[in-house]
Amino acid sequence: MTDMAVSSGGFPWITLVVFLPLVGVIAIVLAKEELAKWIGFAASSVVLLVSLPLWGLFNETTSAMQFVEKHQWIASPSINYAVGVDGISLPLVLLTTFLTPLCVLVSWTSIKTRIREFMISLLVMETATLGVFVSLDFVLFYIFWETMLIPMYLLIGVWGGENRVYAAIKFFLYTLAGSVLLLVAIIVIFFSSGENTFDILTLSQAAYSPTLQAWLFWAFFAAFAVKVPMFPFHTWLPDAHVEAPTAGSVILASVLLKMGTYGFLRFTLPMLPDATVTFTPIIVTLSVIAIIYGAYMAFAQSDLKKLIAYSSVSHMGFVTLGIFALNAQGIEGAILQMVNHGITTGGLFLCVGIIYERTHSREISDNSGLAKPMPCYATFLVIFALSSVGLPGMNSFVGEFLVLIGTFMWSKLAATLAALGVILAAAYILWMLQRVVYGVPAQHMLSKLHDMNPREIGLLLPLVGFVFWIGLYPKPLLDVMHASVENLIQQEVRVMTVETPGQDSLESYVLTDSSSFASGREALAR
Amino acid sequence: MSIPLADLVTILPELLVVFTACVLLVLDPITPASKKYFLAWMCFGTLVVCFFVTAAGMGEKTFAFGNMVVVDSYASFWKLLLYLVSGLTILLSIGYLKEEKIELAEFYGFIMLSLTGMMIMVSGTDLLVIYLGIELMSISLYIMAGFKRFEAKSIEASAKYFILGAFSSGILLYGISLLFGVAGSTNLAEISTAVTARGLNDPLVMISMMLLIVGFGFKVGAVPFHMWIPDVYQGAPTTATVFMAVASKAASFAAFLRVLLEGFGGVKPNWSGLILGMCVLTLILGNLVAIVQTNIKRMLAYSSIAHAGYALIGVVVAGWMGTEAGVASRGVSSIMLYLAIYSFMTMGAFAVVAILRRGGIEGEELDDFTGLAKRHKGAAFLMMLFMISLAGIPPTAGFIGKFYLLMAAVDAGLTWLAVLGLIFAAVSAFYYLRVVMVMYMREPSSDQELETHLALSPTATVVLACAVAGVVFLGIYPGPLVSVATSSAIPLP
Repeated sequence: MTDMAVSSGGFPWITLVVFLPLVGVIAIVLAKEELAKWIGFAASSVVLLVSLPLWGLFNETTSAMQFVEKHQWIASPSINYAVGVDGISLPLVLLTTFLTPLCVLVSWTSIKTRIREFMISLLVMETATLGVFVSLDFVLFYIFWETMLIPMYLLIGVWGGENRVYAAIKFFLYTLAGSVLLLVAIIVIFFSSGENTFDILTLSQAAYSPTLQAWLFWAFFAAFAVKVPMFPFHTWLPDAHVEAPTAGSVILASVLLKMGTYGFLRFTLPMLPDATVTFTPIIVTLSVIAIIYGAYMAFAQSDLKKLIAYSSVSHMGFVTLGIFALNAQGIEGAILQMVNHGITTGGLFLCVGIIYERTHSREISDNSGLAKPMPCYATFLVIFALSSVGLPGMNSFVGEFLVLIGTFMWSKLAATLAALGVILAAAYILWMLQRVVYGVPAQHMLSKLHDMNPREIGLLLPLVGFVFWIGLYPKPLLDVMHASVENLIQQEVRVMTVETPGQDSLESYVLTDSSSFASGREALAR
Repeated sequence: MSIPLADLVTILPELLVVFTACVLLVLDPITPASKKYFLAWMCFGTLVVCFFVTAAGMGEKTFAFGNMVVVDSYASFWKLLLYLVSGLTILLSIGYLKEEKIELAEFYGFIMLSLTGMMIMVSGTDLLVIYLGIELMSISLYIMAGFKRFEAKSIEASAKYFILGAFSSGILLYGISLLFGVAGSTNLAEISTAVTARGLNDPLVMISMMLLIVGFGFKVGAVPFHMWIPDVYQGAPTTATVFMAVASKAASFAAFLRVLLEGFGGVKPNWSGLILGMCVLTLILGNLVAIVQTNIKRMLAYSSIAHAGYALIGVVVAGWMGTEAGVASRGVSSIMLYLAIYSFMTMGAFAVVAILRRGGIEGEELDDFTGLAKRHKGAAFLMMLFMISLAGIPPTAGFIGKFYLLMAAVDAGLTWLAVLGLIFAAVSAFYYLRVVMVMYMREPSSDQELETHLALSPTATVVLACAVAGVVFLGIYPGPLVSVATSSAIPLP
């Protein structure tokens, strides 16, 4: 175990980060209703502060799990409370802790009823999502994975728009039905590994027969693909996004969707390498369909939130595409794109929330011509929109570029089709910008269009900072994930070479590419 | 004929409970109406004493009355659960009976008598003793179901329960008499020897075994013998319903398992297929029909049928051919764990229904829960917790219960059954969450907004607190209960 895990050095950083929001929940329950949002903000900010040392103390040179804590939880069967982070989960943990305070801030005036319950849901949500990313025990992972459903169900159903009840139950049942097979798969893995443990790292080392892998692959796929969501399991997403309150949409898009792709990286790839290689063409096909179909659907939307929701389907298609390219470029691009999508789409949803608070409409026709009355707002909107397009110098460019390189090495056709998605994205985003920013303002709305206040500027500014930081100098972020991704690739390479004996070139092909990739990365950094 | 003292000591808890019931019936007429709750506390006190007596003897195995009764860990586990459930039912009834204006101390007496029957059921190793236990339990329950004697629904429930119950008892007795023909005895150990000697697919054994399965299937509420449950659960006073849904189900499962494993352990293939069919039907029908219910008690009735289906997964595992003893006993212990957890969450859900009952408001229709989160935050939150747990969503205890059952199923090679169970768990989430939706996402009507108080007596608060503690604690730290259930499962060859 020592080669796979580095202990936390005694201080339970991760436990602290994961469960501090619950301390906030207790404080909110005990305090007066008026204090709820202050406590919510304080709690989520403290969590952010406590999570920062994880970044500082993180050792980039090893692919092992770090800050590991492990305690026995249930003796029979052996289930542990085991948590830790590696280069794949650390960026997602930080993304979550970073976005939650922003979600509290954006809800400051827009949530008027049951503020206490709202803040509690938000904080429980934070604990559950963080738990998903740090769990090193499969049962623990599943518990967090499912726990997340309840607060999200309430966020959509209680504070959502007109059609909220339908959207909430649809979200809940889709994701629950998807997870059902995951639980059975977890139990099957437990028995077939023969290790008598739910430890994720140990289970990743065990070998499973190809037939079993195929079954497990689709069981995992059902759970993760619904969450991502991959075409054709995406239909819950537009409903949930449109009806959810702004904070809910941000959490949903920025954090929740990543749980699906994280699942692919953490479980599907390492545990089921044979099945992964076998079924890659199917996943790549679905990803390409999602990219193009999502972009195509985004074109047709007149509702801003729906437009962003469909663009999410398209962008998440890039992430799954990168993951199943099964090379360093693709996977690093995918992880980077997960973070980017969180920042960019989070920013866009915050922008929509801010304008909705003023005009009470998400229709593009009601919210046009904002450049004059709201110059500051228009600037932010343009930045996030262009980031979503993948303009060079901004975050998404780096991620999408890496994904496309990775895909190109796997299949030129897939890369070409995916690139088409980038062009479509430019088209629908720019068209949206043209109408919202430069159109003629609707007369009846003019009186409501006052520009952003300091709170709103304050919550968008950090996101803009990240857009440019990752866009111009992604090296620190890529360095963090490099060792872990390299380790993941080794597992797949082993399979590929075993499957095609005699084709020694394959391994060297992948390895050469990942070494040449290092120089490419530096070129990018410059 | 004299009864040895040692035998009486073995069944001391049973004697204490039945003695209290008799004393209560004597004291009832001379107790003024305002002091009836004293009698409830007397029963509660007896249960506390019994709890300690049984807990102290845990781990020992004592036969009594010529091998007709046994006190082993398996029986003790169920008895502890039954004391707990009966105690909570008594506490819940104190306020509820007052609200319903049926404040009669006999109700507690019947709880105690019914409990005696259940205790005999879980301890019996002779089919006739088990049968006596079942009858004592059932007859008390028939009366409790009709306790709201001014209400047609309650009377109807009682009559229906009585007729169908008598019918099923008859079938059970018929099975027992046929078995007596086979084995020349009603003792489970001797039946086991005779049945094993006759081998698989012996017609007489098959027929008698099927009759027993029908009889027990009725008692545990498995499809297709579930017809009585919705009407009876809906019509009976809520606290009688919760007692039926929790205690009688647990005791019936306990006796059912013992009869199958100790009596028919040698011919497992004869019955495991039958149980499997019942299990699948129960899972499907219970969950699907619950979806269309608009009355909470009726919905919970169908949910209790569905949960019987989950528990049956464990019975199937215990009897599945080719499973090792370790796997089979994991099936048994997972049923014990499941029903213990089920008791807490069902108790809690019915307790919330009970405290909503006041004045003219039934608190039983789904509409009565509209906007509850605005009117009574605490009650709504608790109900949400119980619904989540019943749906089997972590981090509540309901998940742990399902998890262990599924582990057992997969271990026995019944992966498809685990998948089926989970698919219907997702279906069940739909109707459980509808309660959450009605409470949290609908606005209360204007006259509902005026109701400000709940029928929340201090004792009902204790019941709710216990249920919540169980649901949360067992969800987060199930280890101790798991190990108790594992160590008290019936030892299998």
